[in-house]
Amino acid sequence: MNQNKEERMEIQEEDTQKGRFLTFKLGEEVFGLEIKYVTEIVGIQPITNIPEVPEYVKGIINLRGKIIPVIDVRIKFKKEPIEYDERTCIIVIDIDDMSVGLIVDNVSEVVTIKDEDIVPPPSYKTGFQNKYIKGVGKSKDGVKLLLDSNKLLTNEEKQGISDIEL
Amino acid sequence: MSDDFNNYSEPMLEMFIFETNQSMEQLEEILLNIEGNSKITDDDINEIFRIMHTIKGSSSMMMFNNISKLTHSLEDLFYFIREKEIYDIDLTKLSDLVFSTIDFITLEISKIEQGNEPDGDAGELTDEIKDFLNSLKKELPEGEVVSLENKEEPENFISKEYTSENYNKYIGKIFFEEDCKMENMRAFSLLRDLEDLISDVSYKPEDLFEDEDAAEKIIKDGFNILFKSEKDYEDIFNILNNGMFVKLVELEEIDSSEVIDDKMNEKEKDDKDKIAKNIKNPFSLNKSKNIISVNVEKMDVLMDLVGEIVITESMVTKNPEIQDLELENFDKAARQLRKLNNELQDIVMSIRMIQIGPTFHKMHRIVRDMNKQLDKDTRLEISGEETEVDKNIIDTLGEPLMHLIRNSLDHGIESAEERIEKGKPERGLIALDAVNTGGDVIISIKDDGKGLDKDMILEKASKNNLLSKSPEEMSDKEIFSLILLPGFSTKDDVSEYSGRGVGMDVVKKSIDKVGGNIQIESQKDVGTTINIKIPLTLAIIDGMKISVGDSIFTVPTTTIKESFKAKDEDLVKDTSGKEMILIRGEVYPVVRLHEIFNLDANEMNLKDGILVMVETEESSYCLFADEILGEQQVVVKPIPFYLRQYKVKDSGVAGCAILGNADISLILDISGISNKYI
Repeated sequence: MNQNKEERMEIQEEDTQKGRFLTFKLGEEVFGLEIKYVTEIVGIQPITNIPEVPEYVKGIINLRGKIIPVIDVRIKFKKEPIEYDERTCIIVIDIDDMSVGLIVDNVSEVVTIKDEDIVPPPSYKTGFQNKYIKGVGKSKDGVKLLLDSNKLLTNEEKQGISDIEL
Repeated sequence: MSDDFNNYSEPMLEMFIFETNQSMEQLEEILLNIEGNSKITDDDINEIFRIMHTIKGSSSMMMFNNISKLTHSLEDLFYFIREKEIYDIDLTKLSDLVFSTIDFITLEISKIEQGNEPDGDAGELTDEIKDFLNSLKKELPEGEVVSLENKEEPENFISKEYTSENYNKYIGKIFFEEDCKMENMRAFSLLRDLEDLISDVSYKPEDLFEDEDAAEKIIKDGFNILFKSEKDYEDIFNILNNGMFVKLVELEEIDSSEVIDDKMNEKEKDDKDKIAKNIKNPFSLNKSKNIISVNVEKMDVLMDLVGEIVITESMVTKNPEIQDLELENFDKAARQLRKLNNELQDIVMSIRMIQIGPTFHKMHRIVRDMNKQLDKDTRLEISGEETEVDKNIIDTLGEPLMHLIRNSLDHGIESAEERIEKGKPERGLIALDAVNTGGDVIISIKDDGKGLDKDMILEKASKNNLLSKSPEEMSDKEIFSLILLPGFSTKDDVSEYSGRGVGMDVVKKSIDKVGGNIQIESQKDVGTTINIKIPLTLAIIDGMKISVGDSIFTVPTTTIKESFKAKDEDLVKDTSGKEMILIRGEVYPVVRLHEIFNLDANEMNLKDGILVMVETEESSYCLFADEILGEQQVVVKPIPFYLRQYKVKDSGVAGCAILGNADISLILDISGISNKYI
């Protein structure tokens, strides 16, 4: 029921949400996620391990009765893992009715970045995380790497997903 | 469909589909009965006539002309049979015609359901029915043939005794059940029911279909009708009151003609008064509708919610913050809450349980059709049809059952000559049975055919590289299980019904999906029995919680044989280093959960931990864990969709469950672990 409501709100807010990004930090780098995918932000929760998954899939959490897988974005981006503390956050995103929690160092703020302030990711920049970056947003307090949420969940696993029996 | 229609066509359409499907099932049952008894009774004829009449009406209303034409021709046929009281008809031909009609309508309905236009052409079938009717007419002696168009004749014929002035005038008001939808259509079908019995009809709202508010008006003011009829008050009343979804009938005789004034009539009048009085009390005349149909999705949500409530309850009552407090009243209230929650859970579970009977009865049709095609004579015996299983499971059972029955008939049951030669009864037998064994339901399909040919299975399996052991080492059970493997088919010549090489593995897959398993027993020339064991419900299981390090796993209680402590010395290792344990002279493999799930266990030595012996359909083995935490009912939740891209499903985890303290526990897949690690 709640979800429906949220969805409805989402449609209404489509316009107001445009160009708005939730920013979070991994070490010194600041990343931005399109706000329309974000359903909520919770503190770190007890995580239940799951066998046979890549290292960055930490397991599952119980979010008010809903079971949601969580991935550690640090490990996903091939960064050094750090201990979780009280600042660690789980950003729950919802893409195509699939909920996934992203574990990040901390959540900073919601910023508005106009389309004209977004430039494509520099092509010379190599590095693993680059393929998840949709663009680089400029704002007054520095640049933000804007993530492609869809790719974050699928990309390399795409092959795998199409193999799944539904 | 016309445009006016689309406005409220959806609920109407839904209702039409639902009712027609139901009628089709009913019709099929009647037909199978007729075939079984090889005779047709008055009731059957009336019933078929009635069904055809109803569908003709509703489908022409919904403008599905192909269906209405077809049903009309069949209605004519049965009208003729009924009027002329013909009983020595070619029943085979007759039921073939009706079966084809059922098939046609079912197909069209499924087209409609999928949002397509029902574009099938029933012309040929309609002609066939007409031809049959004509041939029946010819058989009758000259002069007795009446024109079928002459439908003005009332259907129940007392009226002939009266003169035409001998009618009664009635005024009626009819209310339908709330939420029955399509009130205007209900009213229309009532009129149809009465059409042959009444005359000079006028009614309000006048325009049942063009007027968009007709349904509203009927809800508000009832369906008002004024008519003349030669029938008695009670007859009319009963017809009205028995109409679909009729909630309340107010019927008044306004100008009764005083023709027959014997005492009988007086008495009847008294009765009428009584009934009239009753009308004032709507409750007494409410038709006892004690069944409602509910959307399954709603049931699923309800089920989930109840599961959450149960968990939340223990989150509250076992909350660590109040654990050390003396709270007498709180505890009392908590106990009461628990009791109510348990009841709630039981009720919700029982709502979802439906009898397996209808699923079984559908198989009659398969057997009938195949008997015809293959020229065999096989009887289907059904027992245990009152066994109840979760709706979701029932829904997935139909296909596999159908497949198994087809297999039995096609491959199992021999031809009549062969059977006589073998000294078996000429008629083959397939017995379908369901038994509730507590946690599971066992469905068995048993035939008295020629049995499975072990050598042929082995040969075929080795040809397709399906053998994992040498044939000498395999038990009969293992050999028979080979036919469940993908790419296996025991019949060389592909028949229309089975044996396309996609047979049994598909059956196994659908049974696996609902957490069941299949066992095959077979004896040469005696027959084959296939046992399908399925859980009663998917949603809630009894589980034993066991811990390994910080993790808590749930083992379905039904799989547990025993648990015990053992010493390291009891362990033996086979040549490949796999651990086994010797218990009462038998050797069982040991699976250390911390090893297969890569966890830090608290206890590494056998003597400090605990062994839980579990059994699958094939084997038994022991799980090694730190300790047993206790038993709990858990609501099974699927593994999140995102994780299905990994091999979680094959890793020995069947699902997850949320425990009382909000922790998540993984439910172990006992046969999965056995397949992977042993």
